[in-house]
Order: sequence, then C-alpha cells, then structure tokens
Amino acid sequence: MRTIQFREALREALNEEMRRDERVFLMGEEVAEYDGAYKVSQGMLAEFGDKRVIDTPIAELGFAGIGVGAAMNGLRPVIEFMTFNFSLVAIDQVINSAAKMMSMSGGQFTVPIVFRGPTASAGMLSSQHSQAFDNWYANTPGLKVIVPSNPYDAKGLLKSAIRDNDPVIFMESEQMYGDKGEVPEEEYLIEIGKADIKREGTDVTLVSFGKIIKTCYAAAEELEKEGVSCEIIDLRTIRPIDYDTVIESVKKTNRLVIVEEAWPLGSIATEVSFKVQKDAFDYLDAPILRVTSADVPLPYAPTLIDAALPNADKIVRAVNQVLYKA
Amino acid sequence: MAKPKFKKEQYLKWYEDMLLWRRFEEKAGQLYIQQKIRGFCHLYIGQEAVIAGAMSVIRDNDNMITAYRDHVQPIAKGVSPNAVMAELFAKETGCSKGKGGSMHMFSAEHKFFGGHGIVGGQIPLGAGIAFADKYNGNDNVTLCYMGDGAVRQGALHEAFNMAMLWKLPVVFIIENNNYAMGTSVERTTNVLELYKIGLSYEMPSKAVDGMNVEAVHDATEWAVNRARNGEGPSLLEVKTYRYKGHSMSDPGKYRTKEEVEAYKKLDPIEQVLSTLKANKWITAKEIEAIDDKIKDIVDESVQFAEDSPYPDASELFRDVYVQDDYPYILD
Ligand SMILES: Cc1ncc(C[n+]2csc(CCOP(=O)(O)OP(=O)(O)O)c2C)c(N)n1
Ligand SMILES: [Mg+2]
Repeated sequence: MRTIQFREALREALNEEMRRDERVFLMGEEVAEYDGAYKVSQGMLAEFGDKRVIDTPIAELGFAGIGVGAAMNGLRPVIEFMTFNFSLVAIDQVINSAAKMMSMSGGQFTVPIVFRGPTASAGMLSSQHSQAFDNWYANTPGLKVIVPSNPYDAKGLLKSAIRDNDPVIFMESEQMYGDKGEVPEEEYLIEIGKADIKREGTDVTLVSFGKIIKTCYAAAEELEKEGVSCEIIDLRTIRPIDYDTVIESVKKTNRLVIVEEAWPLGSIATEVSFKVQKDAFDYLDAPILRVTSADVPLPYAPTLIDAALPNADKIVRAVNQVLYKA
Repeated sequence: MAKPKFKKEQYLKWYEDMLLWRRFEEKAGQLYIQQKIRGFCHLYIGQEAVIAGAMSVIRDNDNMITAYRDHVQPIAKGVSPNAVMAELFAKETGCSKGKGGSMHMFSAEHKFFGGHGIVGGQIPLGAGIAFADKYNGNDNVTLCYMGDGAVRQGALHEAFNMAMLWKLPVVFIIENNNYAMGTSVERTTNVLELYKIGLSYEMPSKAVDGMNVEAVHDATEWAVNRARNGEGPSLLEVKTYRYKGHSMSDPGKYRTKEEVEAYKKLDPIEQVLSTLKANKWITAKEIEAIDDKIKDIVDESVQFAEDSPYPDASELFRDVYVQDDYPYILD
C-alpha cells in the first residue's frame, strides 16, 4: 500500500468531502493563501476557490460562532484552529452554542460542524502553547471528540466527522503532521466511537490515544525485550469512549496502564479507570496506573519538559509496577 | 537640513540602544539556526524605533506589557541582555528562570509585565495594570503593545470600552507592521487605518510613523502625558515593519523583496545615524567604538547563557502556586 503523511491524509479527507458535498467549507487563520500554518490545506484554495477555503482575521470567537450559525442554517463548516490553545478564546461558542443548540432548541437546530487543529505539546513552546484540552472537550455533552494517532485513522475519522450531524472536535498534533503511514487509494470511513487494538498482547493493557501513543509503542518494544507482552488500545475517540474494547482487553491481561498527555485531574485516564474498576473489578490483578503530564503548566526548558511529559521510561516503570516487578 | 529637535545625547542614546537591540536579535536569529534557541523565535528587527521612542518618554516606574515578540522590550526596561539571552537558551539564570522562553520574558523588578503568547491576551491585562495604578492613586502609566493582527480579537473592544469608561492611565500601541503571520492588514478588514478603532470609543487616537524615532517619541509623549494627567487612555497606531519573517520558520512568500527593501531604506537606526553624522555629533571612530562595545555586550550574553545550567528537574513543581506545600497530584 502507498504511504502518505498525516497532513496529506487529512487533506485528502477534506478534499474528498468537499468534492462530495457543496455545503462543506474550510475556514480559519492562514488556511487559504498561506496553504495552512502546517500545510494541511495546501492547494485547497486553488481547487475550491475563496468561497469555500476562507482565510479569517485572528478572531477565533467570531469565526467559531460564524461557523455554528452557518451550521444551524444548513452548511457543514470545518473550522480550523491554528492550535487548540487558541480555541480557548472561542470556547464559549463551542460549548455554549455548538454543544447546546440541539438540546435547548428541543431538537430543531442541529450543528453539523467540525472544529479541528493540533492539540498538546509540540516542542519547547512553553505553557500557553503546550496544552492538551482533549479531556476538557470530552467532558461536554453534545460534542464528539476524536484524537487520531496515525494517517490511516486520521483520514477515515475526519471523513466520518465531516459527515456526522453532530458537532465534532478533531484534534491533531504538530508532531504528527509529518508522520507517514499506509493509506489506501480507495475511499473508506472509520466509525466514530470505536477503539482500535494497535498491538496485541497478553500481560498488560496500555490504553492511550493521539500523538502520545507513540511513547506506548516505544515502551512496548522495550518491555518485549524483558519478556513482557503489552496490548495497546488506541481509543481514537474520547467522546464517546469505547469502554467495551478496553474491558475485554483487561479481562484478558488483568492489568491496565493508561497513558495520556492531559493533566491528571479529571482526565480520560480517570474516567477509564472508573469504568474498569466498576465493570471489571474482579479481573484486576493490580491497581490501575496512569502516566499523564505532570500537574503543572509545561515550562520551556528541556529538563523540565522531560520531567513533565509521559515518555517510554515512565510507562515501562508503570508497567513493571502493575506486574509487581518494580 | 532642519535643525534636530532633540539634543545630541538623546540621538546618541537612541542610536546605541537600537543598535544593541538589533545586534542582539541578529545573534538570536543565528543561535536559533544553530538550535541553541528552540521553540518559536520572533525577532523585532526593523521595529526598534517603536520602543526607543517610548523609552525616551517614560519613567522607570511606568509599566510595559506586550505580546510574544518580546526580546527587546525587557532590555529596554533595564533587564540585562544576559538574562534575556539565558532565557532564550532555557537556562535557570534567564529572566523567567528558563520556564518562559522566547515568548515569555518577564521582569517584575523592571515593571515589564511580560510577553504573552495568546494573540490579544495582553490587551485587557494592560488595562488592568493601569486600573491598579489608578486605584492606588499613583501617577504611573502603562504602555500596552499589540500587533495589527491582535486588534481583531474581541477582547480589545471590551478592554477599550472599559478603559475609556474608567479613564485608565494606559496607552494602547498598535505596532502595525502590516502583517499578522502571512496575512496583510487589507485582507482582514475594511478599516485600513487601525487608529480609527479607538475613535468608536471616543479614545483619542493617532497614526504615527514608526520608522522615525522622533515621531514615535512625540506621539508617545502626548499619550503618556494624557494618561499621567488623569485624562485616560489613548491609542497610537505606529506604522512599522518587520524585516524578518513572522518567526524563524516563515518563508515569507506573502510579500515581495522590493517591499522589504523599500522599508529598509527607511531604517530607524540609519535615520538616527544620519542625523548624528549630519550634525557632526559622531566620528567614524566613535561609531566603531559603539560597534565594539555592543559586540562585547552581545557576546557576553551568549557566553553567560552558554555557561548557565538548565533548571533542575526539581524546579518543575515550583512557581506554579504561591502556596509552598500545595498538594500536587503525583500519580
Ligand atoms: C488567539 C491566537 N490565535 C492565533 C495565534 C497564532 N499566532 C501567533 S502570532 C500570530 C500573528 C499575529 O500578528 P500581529 O498581531 O500582527 O503581530 P506581529 O507578529 O506582527 O508582531 C498568530 C496568528 C495565537 N498565538 N493566538
Ligand atoms: Mg503584525
């Protein structure tokens, strides 16, 4: 199969859906003439014109709300945040408008919109540019939240997100845009809300999603050498969460470590842990552990970033602990 | 030639300051390419007169706040170039202890309220800093800087309205370098004269030639005096230009070489130098001596940054809460 970059997979999804449906348009900062801050939308202005690939001023609150209004009136906007750090100045329209509209209008107005862009840390950018709000958005009823980890998933899930009739938050990473992966030429969709077993194993279950899952792969390789077999589950969607796949795996391995880039309090790790202790309590042979970002704003210095972010070493340590090897 | 408006010493100070800032930023750009400086790195080259023309007006006690293009302002306010360079290197001796980096220089001591990374975030903060001074009954003034792109944030409008309503001692300064990343002003608005944004709040507002330090000085003086005298905020649209890309990773395809070259002909440092030369206020020898002095300062800052250690990992749980036994979640 051919391999393409993560950014190309996203671009193909956008292009295919825009060719398929006139109502879909892309709006955001630098998406058109500049070809996208991270080149996701390269060439799209040339194909679709400025009616459908639209540059905005730096006015996130305004264009997020314009997107929601357009969706209420029959269009299917894809709104790009240059990064999700900047979605905070727009979050009122995402949470108070997009997520609430159907409920408060008694089902009369739906909001088929996608808000997409990169999330979480991306090198030494300090605290305002390094935040994973994945769990914040996942906390809100009315939204669906997708955080893919490879080009194949990204393409299939973005196409599903654009066709979905509910508001979808779609979170990428600057540190994945260049990643390459196999993506078929023919069209495919991936169902929202389904986890994927990225690696089969027998001794311990690692649950993760998005860019940080790469640290799980590295840890699993390391642990393999020590004779420990890890099963890696990629949630892919964190609202709704595919609890069944996680619980099935835990019933097999009896041990669970959750790896996530968000802060610990109220994280997806917290949520998955709750569900597993409730529905698979008798299957657990060790307390569930998690590896998250440290409970602090992410500073600039590399020494502090190493100490703060999840990495393979920390995961190996957590796995050894749930195996009582530590 | 018209008689210069200011004294020789003033021009010399402007010249030395702006040249130091320029050389410091040029060095930062080189060090970024060598990956000694990481993250994003936004250089101030071309815009020096905006700060120089303000520094000749304000007092030490006056406050300054800006966005992420913030290496020069702390130096202007008195922070040592060593501490700024060390911050760029992510070292513990940096002015934000290596925790902020290029976009987040701070110095409470020098009343530099920081570099802020979310576009427009500093606009209400600037009004709030001024609010505190008014509340405390002192006559300090706050200079609050923002880019032409930042004026498109809703927060500006809310802050402008309240700043006017409450006559806060703040000067809002738009550094209009005509681009927000790759987007020119005319692609984002019908109101091309950005100073007019202030007029809808009846805020006294002016456009200023930002390549000319004397013009910046005069306009800043007018606005600072208004603020200090309790007359409330003003808005300056300072028309300037950044010679370099938005950040170090910007290919700059959205503007022509000719445009950049045309602005370089208006270079603020060259303008001051030609005044100094025309009045025979500076000799070739003195120019050389200034160059040497500045080179030493910049080189020393690099050496200092190189020699300084990174913050220890134990620093991770410091400076997040004032409460020193705050119970962080550690698992
Ligand atoms: C709210 C927000 N949206 C987007 C960004 C990304 N961004 C950083 S700088 C910038 C352009 C700002 O341009 P301008 O205000 O003119 O300042 P200049 O860079 O010219 O100094 C953008 C879009 C951001 N940091 N914050
Ligand atoms: Mg600008």
